[in-house]
Amino acid sequence: MNARVQNKNDPWLHRFAVLTAIITFFLLGLGGLVTSHEAGMSVPDWPTSYGYNMFALPIKFWKGGAFFEHTHRLLASGAGFLTTILAVWLWLKDPRKWMRWLGVTAFLLVVAQGVLGGLRVTLKMNDLGVIHGVVAQSFFILMCAIALFTSRFWVNWSAGEKVFCVTRGLWTLVLAVTVLIFCQLMLGATMRGQHAGLAIPDFPAAYGKIWPATSPDAIAHYNAQRMDVNGENPITAFQIVLQMAHRIVALTIFILVAAGAGLSWRQLGGKNPLARLAVFWLVLIVCQIALGAWTIWSNKAADVATLHVMVGALSLVTGALWCIIAFGRQAGEATIAPAGRISGAFSVSPSVAANK
Amino acid sequence: MKTVALSILAVGIFGAGRIVFAADIIGVITLKGTPPAEVDIGPKMTEASPDCAAMYPAGKLPTTHFYVVGPKGEFADVVVSLKGVTGKSTGASAPPAVLDQKGCLYSPQILAIQTGQKLIVRNSDSCIHNVHCTPTVPGNEEHNDVQMPGAADLTYTFPQPEMFLRFKCDVHPWMFAWVSVFDSPYFSVSDKDGKFVIKNVPPGKYTVEANHRKLGAQTQDVEVADKDVTVNFTFEVK
Repeated sequence: MNARVQNKNDPWLHRFAVLTAIITFFLLGLGGLVTSHEAGMSVPDWPTSYGYNMFALPIKFWKGGAFFEHTHRLLASGAGFLTTILAVWLWLKDPRKWMRWLGVTAFLLVVAQGVLGGLRVTLKMNDLGVIHGVVAQSFFILMCAIALFTSRFWVNWSAGEKVFCVTRGLWTLVLAVTVLIFCQLMLGATMRGQHAGLAIPDFPAAYGKIWPATSPDAIAHYNAQRMDVNGENPITAFQIVLQMAHRIVALTIFILVAAGAGLSWRQLGGKNPLARLAVFWLVLIVCQIALGAWTIWSNKAADVATLHVMVGALSLVTGALWCIIAFGRQAGEATIAPAGRISGAFSVSPSVAANK
Repeated sequence: MKTVALSILAVGIFGAGRIVFAADIIGVITLKGTPPAEVDIGPKMTEASPDCAAMYPAGKLPTTHFYVVGPKGEFADVVVSLKGVTGKSTGASAPPAVLDQKGCLYSPQILAIQTGQKLIVRNSDSCIHNVHCTPTVPGNEEHNDVQMPGAADLTYTFPQPEMFLRFKCDVHPWMFAWVSVFDSPYFSVSDKDGKFVIKNVPPGKYTVEANHRKLGAQTQDVEVADKDVTVNFTFEVK
């Protein structure tokens, strides 16, 4: 039984997977709002909320930081419920063994993520909050991958109706940038987990310089001048270096994604879905850099900072999906001419060969 | 009987000696230069928690209080202590200090207590708060407790000295207080006139440290005998 037959009969499974991925995306955004509003600890108990059953918390308590934390918990429960249904559905209906186990993995990950979020509150461990943020990104990739694998596009793609190859160099480049984006998101999560607000309040300069001073006197001066309603922790030299690293990595990502998009366009042609996806990826990165700048110019306004988190997640997923789609279609540089014209030896992926 | 009488006499003489030879360290803290403008909390308060904003008259919403400065530079909320004096805490028998939550703000915002001294946290508001202290010194425990309107006071003690131990309310993320914990009773917080008094300091040489949360610490060496000693500090905003 080939992939086309396997998925053809269950478009509702795909729609459900897409719904779960969308809910996960909004959940990620709501989690971003919780951190942006410094509200992660506003409801000190878990799995209860202020001693109430989480689903029966009176509306009068849904105020201030508790509004974001509590709605995050409710949406997380919803996402967990949907993921459980999806895992069961995949187990019962999807004939691909690896897909069934992917569903089980999603279920285990969503449970682990929920427990992580709860333990972050009850154990008062700030570092768990950073891990919670990173696992959220990984879970989002997994949900988008499941949505992709259950789609008609993937069936056609696997069946090799649009035969072409991606150079190994390009595939490796995209994979490397995707990993770099993941590292960048970890860096961002660490910065947010410091609860120190903006370590550097200006952009593109940093305290008016290309590289800011980080001497004890300079740090003391920065802290004396910082006036924030949220009155966060004093900043440290480490936090300044962290933000500078975030900026440098962002620039590196932009250059590499632009290179990846250019190469995709040249090698695959403008009509190829992977080339288009790469261009979309570049657009996302440009938006993300603009949102990063806006985050600083707005003095880390919660909604802007959260949008920055969400577009960051989309950027990561786009790179990951590109790699997944192109996986198994790599060929050596010599085998591919510009604009997808294949010359010389042709490397057919196992899935293509199987479906021929 | 004779022994008891002699003992009482000895305690009396010793006690009198202590009173005679203890002195106060007094002073005034002044701020030079213009501090950054305080930030209006109003917009955030109105957006996040209208019930908090409703506790204030129209147009009278609070601002941050990082630099509390009088017209002549009198600098409040500076914590003054004797540096390096430890193991002298009388916190267990000292009256409790009170940290109130009123108008969705902590009052006072800067407070100092002794190790082992009870700190009572009160909710005078008609809304819920979570009392979240985030110590950084090992031995001082982090707490995060919900406090409903009209709920009983919460009581905390901290066994280790710590400067500016942060209290926050995550429901109202503009609410902060910083409690400094000392292992002796020799400390003070400057008032609105910039004045401070460290009472009943035994004779000896000390380093007096004045610490402001934004501007850091300054020290001066003093010698205490049987008369009050004056030590003034001037902070500067550059």
